[in-house]
Amino acid sequence: MEGKVKFVQGNEACVEGALYAGCNFFAGYPITPSTEVAELLASRLPKGGGKFIQMEDEIASMCAIIGASLTGSKTLTATSGPGFSLKQEALGYAIMAEIPCVIVNVQRGGPSTGNPTHVAQSDVMQARWGTHGDHSIVAMTASNIQDIFEITIDAFNIAETFRTPVILLFDEVVGHMREKLVIPEQGKIPVIERLRTSVPPGTDYHPYLPRTDGRLPMSDFGGEHRYNVTGLFHDMWGFPSEKPELVHNLMRHLIDKIDTHPNQICKTKQYFLDDAETVLVSYGASARTAMEVMNYSRERERKVGLLELQTLWPFPRETVAKYCDQAKRVIVVEMNMGQVMEQVKASVKYPNHVFLCNRYDGTLINVDDVKNVLRVIEGRGF
Amino acid sequence: MPVQDYIRKRFFPHIWCGGCGHGIILKGILSAIEELQLQKKDVVMVSGIGCSSRIVGYTDFHTLHTLHGRALAFATGVKFSKPSLNVIVPMGDGDAMAIGGNHFIHACRRNINMTAVIMNNRIYGMTGGQFSPLSGQGVMATTAPLGNIDYAFDTVELAKGAGGTFVARTTAYHYAEIVSIMKKAIQHKGFSVVEILSQCPTYFGRKNKMKGASEMMDFFKDRTTSIGSDAKKADPTLIERGIFVQKESSEYCENYDKIIEMASKGKES
Repeated sequence: MEGKVKFVQGNEACVEGALYAGCNFFAGYPITPSTEVAELLASRLPKGGGKFIQMEDEIASMCAIIGASLTGSKTLTATSGPGFSLKQEALGYAIMAEIPCVIVNVQRGGPSTGNPTHVAQSDVMQARWGTHGDHSIVAMTASNIQDIFEITIDAFNIAETFRTPVILLFDEVVGHMREKLVIPEQGKIPVIERLRTSVPPGTDYHPYLPRTDGRLPMSDFGGEHRYNVTGLFHDMWGFPSEKPELVHNLMRHLIDKIDTHPNQICKTKQYFLDDAETVLVSYGASARTAMEVMNYSRERERKVGLLELQTLWPFPRETVAKYCDQAKRVIVVEMNMGQVMEQVKASVKYPNHVFLCNRYDGTLINVDDVKNVLRVIEGRGF
Repeated sequence: MPVQDYIRKRFFPHIWCGGCGHGIILKGILSAIEELQLQKKDVVMVSGIGCSSRIVGYTDFHTLHTLHGRALAFATGVKFSKPSLNVIVPMGDGDAMAIGGNHFIHACRRNINMTAVIMNNRIYGMTGGQFSPLSGQGVMATTAPLGNIDYAFDTVELAKGAGGTFVARTTAYHYAEIVSIMKKAIQHKGFSVVEILSQCPTYFGRKNKMKGASEMMDFFKDRTTSIGSDAKKADPTLIERGIFVQKESSEYCENYDKIIEMASKGKES
């Protein structure tokens, strides 16, 4: 790919991706290991007339990007474990009010203050269910610098297309490691702009009446159309309502608009899966380790393949089932107590063929960890 | 434009109890906007959660009904993203001063050009009459059945201490004062705080044996006075009304414009 070449860390690749996608508003709060995202945007955004604000806390940062998004800005915040916990309240608001925005969580060890400067992938389920109430959510991840750049653009595109918050679940290793990044010319990677209403001024605009395709064209605050936005269940005007039929339909809409579009949202990468007897399922920094084990095994003519997940939520069940059901064994490689493993088990025909290779001590899962598990499962001894 | 044209009649009747002071405050805010001849499309009203926060839904502006205590944080995003908008943030006393206390002091400190209206009825009304940080000692509430032992914040002193550049107080009894203060607050360049004492006959009044709404409004008439009045000198327990602070100070969005200007010059570096 042609373009501007840089040597950057993952957090910077995320910033480049956000700017490429047209991000022009960031609100945040300092937290390790995501702070570089805020630092870089504090410097980069004003150069293009964009806005950077350091808020009083993580809660306020999340609220501010929602408010800014309603005026038409493309908005981002970045955080890590404890901050991600604090953002859950307003994340639910963005889901309910259908406000496009992107939240980066560069994962570190938890619970609580945990292991601030070390790697973990233990917020997978928090991304899914961290905010209260039934809902769908989009969460994406990446294992290298180029992919972080591209998945960040995807995140903005999905946020705008589906009027939803999108979570980027990176981790301390991919956030801080450095690799080559190629930034293509603007226009080479599609950037999706918000669908705005074509209802003329003076005519009733219904901000929460989905079109037949489920999409809701927006109108910027400050424009001709005035409407109400609330975190309560609401009618097509955005006005609070607790009518059972309306509550039922809105819940259905919020879930269906995400879950019925797996082809547009679910991204995976496949390596040597067609004949794989052993499928490694992994994501983020762990997928780098898994890939090295796959390469090592293939050199020795062992049929090992890798399914790298880039979308974690909605969980790519069909793709996982397709490749795992034809394998003799599946090993999920991740840095937590088995959060994705449980999803893989729930997706496949033979859950007892699914094993976990994990690490949860703040160090990067290494090649020997995976090789050892592989050796035991294949019956080649300890 | 008549005041009723600023109302979304479609959403009436409102949820407030008979005798509640919030309707008076609603009309006071709308009259100020009307007298200033602001265009509806240039006004954004942002609120949190509680009886007071339902005010935004009834007004025909861009309205954002957010989370408990978070109104100022959402409003900061709106204003900073589009500084041309007039942002007004009505909040309750629990909303603004308990769960939203941190956002409140930082909005004061930041001096971003918005108007916060604290509709202070000294009680959590929507959840049924619990004491708030503005109730004060001795107040009876459902969570203080033997009397409240918590000291109260003084909104005016807190706003002054946090760097507020426009700080005022009035009451639901003093309608004309609401209008005149709100006009000045909206016109003020910077963060403006207007505390408006409001009556909640349903919970505060009943719990504290204050009879009905009219007796509670009599209290506002009898127990408040203009800043520095002779009455205050004679009886220091009276609550002062009026504009306590009104000063010029550089505003956040304008300060950031200077950052954009500086950053644009060094674009290539």
